[in-house]
Amino acid sequence: MGKVFVIVEQKNGALRKATYEVLGAGRQFADQLGAEFAAVIAGQNVGGLVDEVASYGPDKIFVADDEKLANYTTGAYSDVIGKILLKEQPDYVLLSHTAVGKDLAPRLAQKLEAGLASDCTAAVVEAGELVLTKPIYAGKAFATVKSGGGTMLATFRPNALGSFTPAGSKNPEVVQVPVEIDPEALRVLIREIVEKATGRVELTEAEIIISGGRGMKGPENFAMLEEIADILGAAVGASRAAVDSGWREHSDQVGQTGKTVSPILYIAVGISGAIQHLAGMGSSKVIVAINKAPEANIFKVADFGIVGDLFQVLPVLKEELQKVVGK
Amino acid sequence: MNIVVLIKQTFDTEAKIQLTGDGKVSDQGVNLIINPYDEFAVEEAIRIKEAKGGEVTIVSMGGDKAQEAIRQALAMGADKAVLISDPALAEVDHYVAAKVLAKALEGMEYDLILTGWVAIDDQSAQVPGRLAEILGLPQANVVTKLELEDGKAVCHREGDGAVEVLEVPLPAVITAQKGLNEPRYPSLKGIMQAKKKELKKVTLQDLGLSAEEAKAKIVGYQLPEARQAGKVVEGEPADTVRQLVEFLTKEAKVI
Amino acid sequence: MPGPLDYRLSDEQLALQKMAREFARQEISPVALKMDEEEELDPFLIKRLAEYGLQSLNTPVEYGGSGLDAVGICIVLEELAKGCASVAVTSAATALAAYPLLLAGSDEQKKRFLPPIGEGGGLASFCLTEAEAGSDAASITSTAVRYGREYVINGTKAFVSNGGSAEFYLVFASTDRSKKAKGISAFVVPRGTPGLRFGKKLRKMGIRAADTREIILEEVKVPVNNLVGREGQGFVLAMEALDLARPGVGAMSIGIAQAAFEAALNYARERRQFGKPIGDFQTIQNMLADMIMKVEAGRHLVFQAACKLEQGLPFTKEAAMAKAFASDVAMEVTTQAVQVLGGYGFIRDYPVEKYMRDAKIMQIFEGTNQIQRLVIAKQLFA
Repeated sequence: MGKVFVIVEQKNGALRKATYEVLGAGRQFADQLGAEFAAVIAGQNVGGLVDEVASYGPDKIFVADDEKLANYTTGAYSDVIGKILLKEQPDYVLLSHTAVGKDLAPRLAQKLEAGLASDCTAAVVEAGELVLTKPIYAGKAFATVKSGGGTMLATFRPNALGSFTPAGSKNPEVVQVPVEIDPEALRVLIREIVEKATGRVELTEAEIIISGGRGMKGPENFAMLEEIADILGAAVGASRAAVDSGWREHSDQVGQTGKTVSPILYIAVGISGAIQHLAGMGSSKVIVAINKAPEANIFKVADFGIVGDLFQVLPVLKEELQKVVGK
Repeated sequence: MNIVVLIKQTFDTEAKIQLTGDGKVSDQGVNLIINPYDEFAVEEAIRIKEAKGGEVTIVSMGGDKAQEAIRQALAMGADKAVLISDPALAEVDHYVAAKVLAKALEGMEYDLILTGWVAIDDQSAQVPGRLAEILGLPQANVVTKLELEDGKAVCHREGDGAVEVLEVPLPAVITAQKGLNEPRYPSLKGIMQAKKKELKKVTLQDLGLSAEEAKAKIVGYQLPEARQAGKVVEGEPADTVRQLVEFLTKEAKVI
Repeated sequence: MPGPLDYRLSDEQLALQKMAREFARQEISPVALKMDEEEELDPFLIKRLAEYGLQSLNTPVEYGGSGLDAVGICIVLEELAKGCASVAVTSAATALAAYPLLLAGSDEQKKRFLPPIGEGGGLASFCLTEAEAGSDAASITSTAVRYGREYVINGTKAFVSNGGSAEFYLVFASTDRSKKAKGISAFVVPRGTPGLRFGKKLRKMGIRAADTREIILEEVKVPVNNLVGREGQGFVLAMEALDLARPGVGAMSIGIAQAAFEAALNYARERRQFGKPIGDFQTIQNMLADMIMKVEAGRHLVFQAACKLEQGLPFTKEAAMAKAFASDVAMEVTTQAVQVLGGYGFIRDYPVEKYMRDAKIMQIFEGTNQIQRLVIAKQLFA
């Protein structure tokens, strides 16, 4: 019987949103493959997460609980999780393509001498194996990837798999894994973790994103986007032009040399729609564009466009959304 | 401080992607550049060299065309380069690529390996982590600030919604994110001098390796379905916004 | 077997082109309209230009320059002019002023004067033209009289590029008026020399950011070792320097024309009238085809002249053809680009009208196109 493993991601004792997707998908793939489904939770004081993870129906849950795992570090996490995987030899290991997932997966893959398809946006089970689809060239094309024979890892872009209702607990066997970390793996020290206090959802995980470009004319005008973001529970993004002008941080940039996002709703404000930007947000489910230039590229991909002066449109939009959302 | 910088030549970000008759990604008429994230790594290495001395070695894998990217890095101020070029490497996965690079690094003296956190072509972000694993080195991934202290690097790593300040003992693999620096252009003098710098070409055989099976196989490429342009309205904001909100709530049902 | 002519640029030339193109796109273009409007070069940009060696193209590396050959200079100047002609002219004028030193200066003079304009980031000025001596350069009235270890220079120079901001002024003055052209000598007058004064910056139609003005020399004393070459060699040096620089003027013209063509092409793709992009209309297609045809022809003349120069072959006729043809093309193509953009071409929010204004000077300075035709004809009947 094959094995599908999901590496659960938690932060400060709470599951990351993206993890639910991978857990939901993992159960589904395991059923289709006729495989056993297991989840791995690593961290400190993570026992409280077992029930929640169990609700997604894994047959087995491995728990590695240790103070050395309090915060994510590449060395400690890859050492502990790597040992579990080396012993279990799963067929598939699934992670989220988050900051942690994309850091951890390559090291695990190399420990297992395994293949890895990263940043996948879709996967199906065909003829008894998992066929993964991942964007390349920032979504200007897609590659279909399969295992070359042995274990295969995959990381999934948040929001890409869709939401899953928990399958219900199967009263999984919970295996407490003894944590013995190779001292070599503990060489990197965390000096400090500076949380960004925007109070808003992380760009790559957001279901709604409102982004501003050159048309915003200056950093001060992004406040208008932030107000709308707060009404919608959205994240605020930016085009490269806005970032290069120093109006927004690099971490806010959406596009080929920034973040690739696939929210349910993407609102582009004052963004002309350079090919690099379209590449970064083209997989959004619904795209709205507000731009004063009717010939702007962004209108070619937008599901709904308003040709108009954003400085006139945004205040009205804020008011209308407030009415609808009722905040 | 001796630094190895791994670079990859990629399509220009403006490139339009087309498939060839047999379903591969076509490189016809495409401009090639240094992967922008690798360019940050090159710049960082040169800055460190300028401040602390030492030597910057560029290592790349690719066809003959990749020499252009390497020359650019040399023109920016790197000292020498190795290009691993072999027909057997035309379609390797990241497992094989990391093994080949690790082998090429054998015998080189370095305190630091710098590279971009991701390549904009396959956007896999795998090779640095895999290489660090093979070499048994610590890593700091997606770094926006790098400072060297005695025997260690202090790195600002971009997490999700947070910045982690890491102390990484050297040697280590450190990957660059946008924001780390603003890469220079090669100066005209640099371009003229680059021709004279050492660029060593090696094959798999030179490295004592033979072609290896990929662990992940790409079985096909597809182009995304073109998005259809939707409704575009113009007029008084009161009216256009009302239509938009109606679209979002009733038609698209995303709010 | 006769093989094909090699029309490809070498890897190194491609690298130069790529670098200059990126620099122009990222650093020059974004400030070009602002500089034009304010009639002032951005000092930070000029500093960056020097930092990357774009300010001393022809000066050999040992004197702190970039040491490019004629083809390399043309490649770079074309790209700079695509970004902004004023910036390209600033660099080209510095190169022009360096040529007499490179041709006839002593090693000591080169070491003294050239590094400040290369590594130092300074500009240089070529001071030949006077109010009454333009095309007829031999009739200059500025004088230099030797008193012991010094020359005392008097005169007024007109239309001096980099006039107010140069590290040194390469001044042509007569040491013997009776000998006419053969009495003209070349001198280096460093910035800050007493008696060297600047007129007001000229308010121009094009290349408005470039610093062009009158230079007044009143009892300016320079040591005898600031004489470049021999007494009476000045006119020949001036003509040789202008000859050497001429392909570069052609290259700048092509840069302006190429920029205008690209702007027109992009506009034709995006602007919709009668329900389709205007580029779908044959009228517009014909205009664009004519434009690029001429730009390419001009570029080939420029490279031909630069190659002959570099190969030590006679190139005077070719340089004159390149300069005159390319600048005529620039004028024509930029005018057509304005036409393609229609009303938008005529307003200053778009760069195209600037290209048209900038192109005009290329037909006038460094030998008017009428003079170039005389030069060509003279070679024909020689």
